[in-house]
Amino acid sequence: MMKEYSFMLNYVWSFLILTGIIIASVTGNIENMSQGIISSTNDAVDLLILMAGVVSMWSGFLKIAEESGLTSYLSEKMKPFLHYLFPNIPRNHIANDYICASFIANILGLGWACTPTGLRAMKALKQLECERAKDYRNKSISTNYNSNHPTPRAKPDTASDEMCTFLILNISSLQLIPMNMIAYRSQYGSPSPMAVIAPGLITTALTTLIAILICRILCHHTQ
Amino acid sequence: MKLISYLSLFLIPIVIFYIIVYALFQKKPVFELFLDGAKQGLTTVIEIAPSIIGLLVAVGIFRTSGALDLLCNSLAVLKDIIPVPIEVIPLAILKMFSSSGANALLFDIFKTYGTDSYIGFTASILLCCTETLFYTISIYFMSVQIKKTRWVLSESSSPLSL
Repeated sequence: MMKEYSFMLNYVWSFLILTGIIIASVTGNIENMSQGIISSTNDAVDLLILMAGVVSMWSGFLKIAEESGLTSYLSEKMKPFLHYLFPNIPRNHIANDYICASFIANILGLGWACTPTGLRAMKALKQLECERAKDYRNKSISTNYNSNHPTPRAKPDTASDEMCTFLILNISSLQLIPMNMIAYRSQYGSPSPMAVIAPGLITTALTTLIAILICRILCHHTQ
Repeated sequence: MKLISYLSLFLIPIVIFYIIVYALFQKKPVFELFLDGAKQGLTTVIEIAPSIIGLLVAVGIFRTSGALDLLCNSLAVLKDIIPVPIEVIPLAILKMFSSSGANALLFDIFKTYGTDSYIGFTASILLCCTETLFYTISIYFMSVQIKKTRWVLSESSSPLSL
């Protein structure tokens, strides 16, 4: 059993702030940092305004694709792949559709479309976890509960195996063609901006493979 | 190569076109659906706003205080162990916290060493295969009120392991 509490976001967040302040006071960088605090809130709001437009737009198109059956059609095609990665999601659960949509957005490199699809997938996975907990409670009262599903996590604020796998895959970067990088490279006068495509593909495949391996191993070990 | 850049230029319009044509064939009220979805999207942005502000403030403090530079400089001792140019190590660290910061550093590297030098090329590939880790983790988990991230945060150091 791994320690689950040692690296929580809370600690990372506090670590960033506290070490920042301590180092600034030691090196006499306080003035710079105080300005930095205010300007970073400014940056955050700028980012949010940008996000509001683009994320809403993609959510709108995603909704159309979802209602017209396009996402479930695509997830049907990707089923073997999805089933390998997420063996415990029921075959017809809505989470499959969202995960599929999110992977497609990532692979095509649609940038901002990844956030709304990814968040929808996380919500669907959360819903799945709630259903499981309910199921488990009902069945354990009536009969001897015996199912292939893993035991639901005791508390609703703990990430499920599927959430972890999904997130790790997202972080490992699935993008096929790194458009931003190509644009930056040509902007800075590279003679061959496209040269990153092939090595980029190899490294992306490698990180994704490592991610899948880590998920497989850790999902078993932390049950 | 020309084809790829041409294709990627058309990628987003093609995806949107395809979604709408597909829905029209199914006789769906596309605009109503769009409005419905966009409203959900806006709610999502408002939901994740606090985590973005909190995150950017923490990263801002860490960066402007000089702590990040200190961390990157202290990693220079790894020069003999890791067979990559030492100039790209700060990039790997920065990319975990902030995308714009990493881009600024990348442009710096491009200006100093050129885009296709060994250092410039390593930097390009490094940024191709990494994501902004803390942004993604906190936004995704915050949106479903997950507090115990289990092994995700402690194990996902893929940008550094490469």
